[in-house]
Amino acid sequence: MPKQSPVPDKLSKPFWDACNEGKLVMLTCTACNLMQYPPEATCRKCNSAEKLVWKEVSGWGKIHGYCTMYDCRIRLLQAEQPFNLASIALEEDPGVLMYANLPGTPVDEVPVGATVKVEFVTTPGNGQKVPEWRVTEPRWKAAKKAARPAARKR
Amino acid sequence: MPSATQPAPASMYRRTEGLGIWEHKGKVAAVGIGHSPVDRRWDGKPETSVGAYAIVALRNAMKDAGITADQVDGLVMDASTTTGAEWPAGRPLPEEFVKAFKPGANHVDGISSLSTEWIIANMPELAHVKYTQYGPGCMSNCVCVAAQAVGDGKTKVCLVLKAWDNLEGRYGQGGENAEDTIAGRAAFSNPWGPTGPYLWAHMFNEYTKKYGGNHDQMANFVLNETRNGLLFPEGFWAQHRPEVLTKEDYLSSRWIVKPANLYDCDIPITVAVAYVFTTPERAKDMKQKPVYIWNTTATNPRNRGIIQTLDEGQASTDFTGRKLYEGAGIKPSDLSFENMYDGYTLFHQFFLEGLRFAGVQRGEALDFYETADLTIEGPHPVSPSGGNRGSGRTRIWMHTDCIQQIQGRAGARQITGVKPEIGVSGGPMPTSGNFLIWSATPN
Repeated sequence: MPKQSPVPDKLSKPFWDACNEGKLVMLTCTACNLMQYPPEATCRKCNSAEKLVWKEVSGWGKIHGYCTMYDCRIRLLQAEQPFNLASIALEEDPGVLMYANLPGTPVDEVPVGATVKVEFVTTPGNGQKVPEWRVTEPRWKAAKKAARPAARKR
Repeated sequence: MPSATQPAPASMYRRTEGLGIWEHKGKVAAVGIGHSPVDRRWDGKPETSVGAYAIVALRNAMKDAGITADQVDGLVMDASTTTGAEWPAGRPLPEEFVKAFKPGANHVDGISSLSTEWIIANMPELAHVKYTQYGPGCMSNCVCVAAQAVGDGKTKVCLVLKAWDNLEGRYGQGGENAEDTIAGRAAFSNPWGPTGPYLWAHMFNEYTKKYGGNHDQMANFVLNETRNGLLFPEGFWAQHRPEVLTKEDYLSSRWIVKPANLYDCDIPITVAVAYVFTTPERAKDMKQKPVYIWNTTATNPRNRGIIQTLDEGQASTDFTGRKLYEGAGIKPSDLSFENMYDGYTLFHQFFLEGLRFAGVQRGEALDFYETADLTIEGPHPVSPSGGNRGSGRTRIWMHTDCIQQIQGRAGARQITGVKPEIGVSGGPMPTSGNFLIWSATPN
């Protein structure tokens, strides 16, 4: 989908730079152990600016909810209608929700609660990459596959 | 002329629980109502501009209350009037408009914004206004601020104004939404497309997943809204498109953001509405029966994620309900009717459940819609105003209706199933906004 291209500012630049490097990072208060998305200049709990650091997260999550866009106001997306609009709860902090269009998931057939993995897609306006999410098998299965030794050759 | 008007300070809002009965309960009353004509869009003429309509509404409110302008000493209003489009930067104002009105604080005042300076400059009869304040956002904010101001003694006779302009173009399609790039906080949402009723479609899906139910169960509520709107002679649909909506029409309508369809949305219009608020003592000499305000509250939660969740929404509406009842000293069963906001229809149920209106508990609203009598003839009238769905996008019908119902002058819309003695209204969102309790008696 031809998404609008984010224009980074001073606050958001580390997030968008990380996306371009294929990493998902969250602004996190080390005092409160609280992630916030979108990033804000101070911690929403303790109001500290000094304790905020960018932390990389795993890029795993679950689908929290969804709706289906049929009449979107954003010009670039109108040719793609209808499309899924889902919210993704991060594995490290399910209170942090991110948007997703769920490429590969049929429209209006969104499996709420399913495991998703982040990927990064290039936007046409300025080449900035943005996070997108794809339904995948549960993380433990993926980990088991990754750990399984190659089959012996007879 | 007062100095530059400011948004109401935080101290004027009742935001928390534990404040007890509102100190001004029954000591502030709404008396007069003034509506302007209503149009789908501005045709460019001075006499149909949002400024002209604001003046019409204010003068109608004073006339309705039976007062003269020299009795008015306060003005509370919202400076924003846009329903989604702005006057294009650099485009000259229409010559006829410039000739017709004096300028205000903002060069587009009267066309796509309003200021107290513009109102007072163009209504010289309001020379005795000494207190002005903005209640930003919508009429719900203005009425709560005005009630507190009258209660605090800052004004004895206060005009309360909210106006809306609807300029050319499709709602929300221009500006940054039409660009290839996006800056600021919207960069974390726009790329994925959340616009229109997405938040409520998303929350409605969460709700039906948790409690069961489906979108078809909304039909009875939406039809009731439409019926009540057609009984509101000041409304857009009653005046311009008196179309009867059938259940089949509703269920077969196109999706905007599924599960929100076209008839779950409202229609942007141009209109202005004003009220006269005063003290019970002053109200005695006025023309209409006073409707007493028993409490106001403001709810503005800070949500955790980029989209509000069902849990957060329900916590907010419960919070609002508890505060309203606490400050008014009443319980849910004391409400004769409810006029909470509806613009989008899919969220009205969260208000009902937060208020426990008619005994509706969490997860029961769709069944209530489907099986209960929601009409003005029934035992628990739901949204007798018809709301935004019924009369157009203003966020005011609910307040006008509360006043009219309790005064007994709602005309064909008059509640007959119960005696309309205590009502509730407010918005704009179930999750954030300003809300108040109205009563036929001071205590």
